[in-house]
Amino acid sequence: MVEQILVSVSRFLPEVTLTVTFCVAILGGLIFHKHPKTVGYLAFIGILVSIFCAVQQLGVSESVFSGMISVDPFAVFFKILIGSVALIIIAFSFFSAEVLTTVRRMGEYFSLLVAMTLGMFLMAGASNLLMMVLALELTSLSSYILAGYTKEAADSSEASLKYILYGALSSGVMLYGVSILYGLTGATDFIGVNKALALGTTSHVSLLVATIFIIVGFGYKISAVPFHFWTPDVYEGAPITITAFLSVASKAAGFAMMIRFFKVTFIDTHMVGLPSGMWASVSGFEWNKLLAILSVLTMTLGNLVAVWQNNLKRLLAYSSIAHAGYMLMGVVILSDKGLAAVLIYFIVYLFMNLGAFLVVMMVANKTGSEDIDTYKGLGYRSPLVGVAMVIFFISLTGLPPTAGFIGKLYLFSALLDAKWIWLAVVGAINSVVSLYYYVRVLRNMFLRDPEGNAGPLVFPTPQLTLLVVLMIPTILFGLYFTPIVNFANASLLMFGIQ
Amino acid sequence: MISNFIVSLVTFFPLLGIVLLLFVDKEKAQIIKLVGFITSLATFVLSLHLYFHFDSQVAGFQFVQQFVWIGGLNISYHVGIDGLSLLMILLTTFLTPIALLGTWNSIERRIREYTMMILLLETGMLGVFASLDLFLFYVFWEAMLIPMYFIIGLWGGQDRVYAAVKFFLYTLFGSLLMLVAIIALGYFASTMRGGAFTTNLVELYSVASRLPLTLQLWMFLAFALSFAIKVPLFPFHTWLPDAHVQAPTAGSVILAGVLLKMGTYGFIRFCVPLFPDATIVIAPYISVLAVVGIVYGALVSIVQTDIKKLVAYSSVSHLGFVVLGIFAMTEEGMQGAIIQMVNHGLSTGALFLLVGMIYDRVHTRKISDFGGVAKLMPVFASFLMIISLSSIGLPGLNGFVGEFLILLGAFNSTLLDNHAFAAFAALGVILSAVYLLWMYQRVMFGPVREGGLYNGHTLTDLTRREIVALIPIVLFVVWIGVYPETFLSKSAEVAKRTVQLIETTQRGAPIRYADSPDSSREPLH
Repeated sequence: MVEQILVSVSRFLPEVTLTVTFCVAILGGLIFHKHPKTVGYLAFIGILVSIFCAVQQLGVSESVFSGMISVDPFAVFFKILIGSVALIIIAFSFFSAEVLTTVRRMGEYFSLLVAMTLGMFLMAGASNLLMMVLALELTSLSSYILAGYTKEAADSSEASLKYILYGALSSGVMLYGVSILYGLTGATDFIGVNKALALGTTSHVSLLVATIFIIVGFGYKISAVPFHFWTPDVYEGAPITITAFLSVASKAAGFAMMIRFFKVTFIDTHMVGLPSGMWASVSGFEWNKLLAILSVLTMTLGNLVAVWQNNLKRLLAYSSIAHAGYMLMGVVILSDKGLAAVLIYFIVYLFMNLGAFLVVMMVANKTGSEDIDTYKGLGYRSPLVGVAMVIFFISLTGLPPTAGFIGKLYLFSALLDAKWIWLAVVGAINSVVSLYYYVRVLRNMFLRDPEGNAGPLVFPTPQLTLLVVLMIPTILFGLYFTPIVNFANASLLMFGIQ
Repeated sequence: MISNFIVSLVTFFPLLGIVLLLFVDKEKAQIIKLVGFITSLATFVLSLHLYFHFDSQVAGFQFVQQFVWIGGLNISYHVGIDGLSLLMILLTTFLTPIALLGTWNSIERRIREYTMMILLLETGMLGVFASLDLFLFYVFWEAMLIPMYFIIGLWGGQDRVYAAVKFFLYTLFGSLLMLVAIIALGYFASTMRGGAFTTNLVELYSVASRLPLTLQLWMFLAFALSFAIKVPLFPFHTWLPDAHVQAPTAGSVILAGVLLKMGTYGFIRFCVPLFPDATIVIAPYISVLAVVGIVYGALVSIVQTDIKKLVAYSSVSHLGFVVLGIFAMTEEGMQGAIIQMVNHGLSTGALFLLVGMIYDRVHTRKISDFGGVAKLMPVFASFLMIISLSSIGLPGLNGFVGEFLILLGAFNSTLLDNHAFAAFAALGVILSAVYLLWMYQRVMFGPVREGGLYNGHTLTDLTRREIVALIPIVLFVVWIGVYPETFLSKSAEVAKRTVQLIETTQRGAPIRYADSPDSSREPLH
């Protein structure tokens, strides 16, 4: 027993590092309250080390802590992804006027950021129903506080409260679903659940109810329609660094957990390798159709509502809902091709979405506004930022020669390969709609003159450097993407599936 | 050997100009314009290598260059040309320097960015015509949208923003469905040949035509929608008047001269040879749309009050001819369509240049603001006369050759087994005489305005620079009119190959509804 725990801990190093970093950050906040940025550096180093530990786990595939957590290429992929996002967000935080105004509480801010990262790492690996709920709660609780971090601002507090209410409700529903599933199968680990389901003796109706309840929890985390209502308000009200973090990392963790849950519990291990085996143990209900409908609703609503937004943060919030819809298309298929497409999309999405948020943050720092009118003539007031925004938006639309196109290309390929042609067509039409609102911003930036006699905007070099760092991969992966494709393909392996 | 990479060299040469421009001070307008002009002129000179070393006898593609781009998906960087691509590439490299020269002083703000956009656009267009891989083709096709969006939106007329967004949305809608079709084609073809996914056009040629009819129909429609919007085929043309009228002159010249040809090029290069069975089924319907477009475009042109809009609508009519020529599926029709693509590029390009030249002088394009211009601008009047007559299709000038061949092709077509197509299309020729000559009469003749003032400006005749820009066009207008063989011989092989494929499909294999591999038909090549 002890031996097993010791072995498990050695496989648990990334999370252990984060836990230590969390404690150090809290203490650091007390010690360095005169130099609060120091805590940020500590957090940065801690996360960097944990990514390093995660990289060491590449190629490992085993289960630790009696099946609570899986350490496999799939989990490692998401840990690296989430860790990288966390690093970039810490860098963002050093630039954010919003965060810097609350100097006194910055230790708290960075420690919570680390806690949230820890929660997401656990989500990526969770292979037990209880672990799943715990990891989700850890992430959510930290993010509730962070969403309301600038408590002086009314909309931030409102965002936080809304977030808690929706979060509490949906995790309650999910927990209920989990308890039903446990009652049906007598197991809490995914593989046990899978074995029990494979006997085919479970009641279809209760299984249906349980699974739909669990989907509510996932849907809330990845902000899929109709569980998305919290997203726009929270994204608008939260500090922009947190918004960016939620829109990429939190979504990635949600997807990781959802994909693992579906794939490991619902696959018929006797029929592995066959697409039809994918949902075999829950036959009698067409799960992939349900997901397809969710995906269509999510992207269509996200895109259509985004068209009406004038606040850039809100616009990006709806756009990120739409992107969750695109990625859900990959989950619908749940084949290796579909999952690889989702992973590729996440890598691409990291750069383009964070890049867009960085521009919004930089502009808001200077002008204090996120309104679309602020962007009038931005392309001339600061050409580099303007061009960067063009690249990020073209990529978010999914046009070549940017990385976003590659993401869409692989998603569509997977769909067409699995004969989901109508879904691919819906996805394509949605991209056209999305172009409209992205172009509205670009139009203001380049085709409209600045209001009044607004002069050039000068941004500090570190911010511009970070911008370029995000911009280069957005272009580069559009032209040469073999490495990310290979990385994604190598990361499909999950513990429990041969 | 330069022939190994000449196509890539020509395609990417304009980018060199962009790099150079980055180092030029943005205040030095003359140097910027010179760099742009010389780069595009050098591109033209390079492209002449293709013309002189092109072998009209060889079947298939020449100057082919291929290397692996994305191994996993079997996607390669694959370029090469046949007679059709050759003519289109030459048209592009020919019109770009002329457009820059002819509008030397039209653009006043952000000249550096403008020149960069035009050069970027040129690379995009050349890439479209040279690609032999559907994936590469799609990348160029989309990449071209962005410079065109900015050219219209930044340097256009009053409603430029609206026009730019409309142009972007229309085109993107079509092309995203095409993307879906490209990927689908790659997968279906892979099941046919029992191999891996591929977007290699030459490989797809030999397998795609064996796909079952229903699949062919869907994919044909997805491709065709994208091309029809670009052409633009009636009723997908509504973006065109806005875009044309709002675009700056050089933008209009390139838009009309080259961009519209991408639609018809796409039909000949992709739709027809990839989906021959579907082509046979759909050809009559598309031809009906083409004929409606011919007559509709001409009728709408007649009532226009704005010269530029008149020329824009006349494009709808003229491109209708090209589409009709393609889908008549006879050798004459196909040859006529290809040469008419060149003709329209030259004539309409020149018309837009001329309209731009007079607009730069008096800042109006309303026909009613003019009158008696011929007395003040005799040189301008003669150029406009020649070009109008070429556009109408006067024998001895280029337009006649194309329209005659197309009408002949449509008349003899077995696929469009109805003489009404040719009859109604011929009506378009007559109507084009009406709108162009009537416009000419109202603008050029009649009494000179009081004090020689038009919209408060005086008229001066063309400058030497403007004449130099127009003379090469006139030269080719006459050359094609008198001795079209120079160009027809280049495109003969591709026209014959495409038409023969359809004929064998029609004869050899009855339409199949089931998914049955059919070996009775010889693959293309």
